[in-house]
Amino acid sequence: MSNELRELYQEVILDHGRTPRNFRDLEKATAQAFGNNPLCGDQLTVYLALGADRKVEDVTFKGNGCAISVASASLMTEALKGKSEGDVRALYKAFHAMCTGEETGPAPEGEDDALEKLRVLSGVAEYPTRVKCATLAWHTMAAALDGEQEVTTE
Amino acid sequence: MTVMTATNEPKFDVDAVRKDFPILSRQVHGKKLVFLDSAASAQKPRQVIDTLRSVYEDEYANVHRGAYFLSEQATSRYEGAREKVREFIGAAHAHEIIFTRNATESINLVARSYGKEFLKAGDEVIISELEHHSNIVPWQMLRDEIGIVLKTTPISDAGEFLLDDFKAVLSDRTKLVALAHMSNVLGTILPVREIIDLSHAAGAKVLLDGCQSVVHQPVDMVGLGCDFYAFSGHKLYGPSGIGVLYGREELLDAMPPFLGGGDMISSVTLEQSKWAKLPHKFEAGTPAIAPTIGLGAALDYVNALGLENIGAHEAELLAYANQQLAQIPGLTLIGTAPGKGSVISFTLDCAHPHDIATIVDRSGVAVRAGHHCAQPLMQRFGIPAATRASFGLYNRRDEVDALVDALGQVREIFG
Repeated sequence: MSNELRELYQEVILDHGRTPRNFRDLEKATAQAFGNNPLCGDQLTVYLALGADRKVEDVTFKGNGCAISVASASLMTEALKGKSEGDVRALYKAFHAMCTGEETGPAPEGEDDALEKLRVLSGVAEYPTRVKCATLAWHTMAAALDGEQEVTTE
Repeated sequence: MTVMTATNEPKFDVDAVRKDFPILSRQVHGKKLVFLDSAASAQKPRQVIDTLRSVYEDEYANVHRGAYFLSEQATSRYEGAREKVREFIGAAHAHEIIFTRNATESINLVARSYGKEFLKAGDEVIISELEHHSNIVPWQMLRDEIGIVLKTTPISDAGEFLLDDFKAVLSDRTKLVALAHMSNVLGTILPVREIIDLSHAAGAKVLLDGCQSVVHQPVDMVGLGCDFYAFSGHKLYGPSGIGVLYGREELLDAMPPFLGGGDMISSVTLEQSKWAKLPHKFEAGTPAIAPTIGLGAALDYVNALGLENIGAHEAELLAYANQQLAQIPGLTLIGTAPGKGSVISFTLDCAHPHDIATIVDRSGVAVRAGHHCAQPLMQRFGIPAATRASFGLYNRRDEVDALVDALGQVREIFG
């Protein structure tokens, strides 16, 4: 098997794809959005429970998709819990740049640990058709933050 | 002494045929290309590529206009392609062949022109559960605009069209039956003879989406009594950008134009215009001249090989693929109707179709993953997506083996 494939489908991704974390409804959600990738049929809903200070108290997701999109959503929920809205948005931007191979500098201050844990997904930069799989959960989360109901990537 | 007899010669020499397709000798990710996505769009033989080149190098001019040599020659080649299409699908008249961009545009033409003129609120249009979006969305748009009622006829778990259920949906309110001749996902070939007879007896017209069927088997418009038939050139080894709508003369004559502009009029004043005769009434503007002539070359190519021979070769390959794929643990075939065409859709219990497509691509194997522009069908089978391998006239058994090997890698990663 090619090394590129091993690079893309690392054990962490396979694990999170098989048994996604925080894969459930969130009763106390204050924001949620539905994300759809019509090209491959990936669909997921991201639930956010934001505090009065807009800090992420809890974040979960449900839906179905390929290993990359499910693993990415699972890893995202782990990365965002407890973060301020500003930190979440900074990490979203940094993660997006990583997936599209457009990283220009070091991670935003205080986000390097979180971004390092997400680096297992950086392999998608080599697969143009898979970038949207990795970023779907993040686009959906950002839509929820912005008060939007739905996001479609194509 | 060697006695050569006709029976010693293979009817269809796939190794020889492959040499006509330059792209098949290229590599992908350092592996030999194994192209199993012909149902989406087929590769082009040298004969079509050379025709496109020669049109542009030696024969190009606009058609139906200039009174000069090149324009007359281009017009003759363009109209020659129309005659080739007429013969290919057994239509009575060349002017019943309308050139469009693709089958989607052909179906939209019928919905916008025939539908808006001859259907009214409450009239029923029947489609099936296995339709491609191109034969769903135009009718939904028409429903929202003029209030037709869109009915759906079901399929079985094996993907078979259910004639008895169709009879139950059909009534004197049915004005049009719009169905795929062959499913792009399941491979099911619909019993169009019976469907057309039943529909006509109920007073309904029939439109068939022939995109998948015309590449595998001969069709005969006059024999079938079909009212409308749509297909695309690019799945038939021809260029993209050229499609066909066949319509019976009396229907096309009665229908208003679809698009207005040059080439579709007989006279224009600033106040009003008179429409040109068929087929030009439906071909506004400069058409896809070279692709149309290229489609003619593709039909010559397919005719020389013989559609029966092509169909037999593909059927043999499909049987082999069914047998090989059935041995893969956790693999479920979607669509097992008897006599189906050579597309094979499946799911694997351990991996999502999108991951499958990425992994087998690294072995050079091109398959389609997703909903195949048939989301209602995916919902019918309760799956978000499927992987599809589809065979064209150039595919071989060793390519099925390459797919099976590559699927082994998927199991290695996900199993």
